[in-house]
Amino acid sequence: MPIKASDDDPEKARRFREAALPYLDDAYTLARYLLRNAADAEDAVQECYLRAFRHFDSYRGPAMKPWLFAILRNVCRAEYARRATTPTSAIDDVPESAEQAPLWHEAEETPEVQLQRRWDADTIRRLVAALAEPFRETFVLREIQNLSYREIADVAAVPVGTVMSRLARARAMLRSAWLAEEEQQQ
Amino acid sequence: MTCDEAEVLLHALIDGELDAGHAREVESHIAGCPRCAAALRDYRTMSKAIAEAGVGYTAPAALRQRIEAALPQPRRVPNRRAVLRGFAMGSAVSALAATGLVAIVLRNDDVERIQSEVVSAHLRSLQAGHLTDVISTDQHTVKPWFNGRLDVSPPVIDLTAQGFTLIGGRLDYVDARAIGAVVYKRRQHVINLFVSQTSSTERRPAKIETIQGFNIRHWSDRGLNYWAVSDIGKDELADFGEKFESAIRAPG
Repeated sequence: MPIKASDDDPEKARRFREAALPYLDDAYTLARYLLRNAADAEDAVQECYLRAFRHFDSYRGPAMKPWLFAILRNVCRAEYARRATTPTSAIDDVPESAEQAPLWHEAEETPEVQLQRRWDADTIRRLVAALAEPFRETFVLREIQNLSYREIADVAAVPVGTVMSRLARARAMLRSAWLAEEEQQQ
Repeated sequence: MTCDEAEVLLHALIDGELDAGHAREVESHIAGCPRCAAALRDYRTMSKAIAEAGVGYTAPAALRQRIEAALPQPRRVPNRRAVLRGFAMGSAVSALAATGLVAIVLRNDDVERIQSEVVSAHLRSLQAGHLTDVISTDQHTVKPWFNGRLDVSPPVIDLTAQGFTLIGGRLDYVDARAIGAVVYKRRQHVINLFVSQTSSTERRPAKIETIQGFNIRHWSDRGLNYWAVSDIGKDELADFGEKFESAIRAPG
């Protein structure tokens, strides 16, 4: 009888550690941007890794990072659903000012304004976190996680064309927010 | 190409996702459209700023620990392969498991295989120019030479006064692992002392065997495996081993 890899199989656990743990920071980063809350991100990543381990037997590639992200995204969706039913528990770590900042300036109106400032990491994080879903997710997968359009499409379970239009929208929104931030700082 | 098309496709251009034909079309549109050109320039500035600012997060150590703790832990009793690995290079196999198992697991074909590899290494060393990588009768030259070349520092002991002349050291391969060889001479006979790490810290008394006409004295002490190989007689090789062991235990 063939030996079946069970959940307490140390060899499976060893392979899983080697394959999946190098992406822990990436997974945590994605969870932070999706959930905008450190504690929720930690819980989501832990749940993601436990689910990934349970399904590791069926993992056939191609790449570990998008595979983990697809699982993590589903975990985060469940968290969104939970927040929707209990709105008071939805705690954002994004400052209120960022939430209230105008997100969508029509770029056409200000073609003569050129983006000048190179914001620090905290400002960029805040601006990105303020993007609306599903644009934020697409943007983070592309710009921070360096996934290809195909991989983003697989993670988000949408066609590549949708990825392209969401990304175009996300960048346009961020550009406007970026310019608005510059105006504010002047 | 219209601006509406270019507005979407210029992102694919930035991301290197566009085929050459479309890339040319977008580029020619941008060349004649200041608005799209400004957008492209801003998006590139943003991408660069984001990449350089480092806007990722580092997972808290506690999260890593929680995930680690939730996964099945490595087996306490190592399998046969793990024991072999530990035998050759001293991986973190627990001493508890290894002391009992090394003897059992390695008693049969593995001990024979490793001993025959040790003899092969000895034979290779006797070919012209293969005997030593570092030539020195000074133990303080030979010992530092091994540092950085092996994950174990073989003891190098000058036994000239006892009739065994230290002539140098060499890096060799046994069981597909790098292993240290300390080379001695007794009259015109070469003695190779192979030293590798073992997971067991228990002292195992010496055994002398004869393979292909060579005598091998094998023992373990303080986490190291020793094989002394030579064509000198069993009595002389036993004498060498005993003098080495008593010298290593001598203070200072």
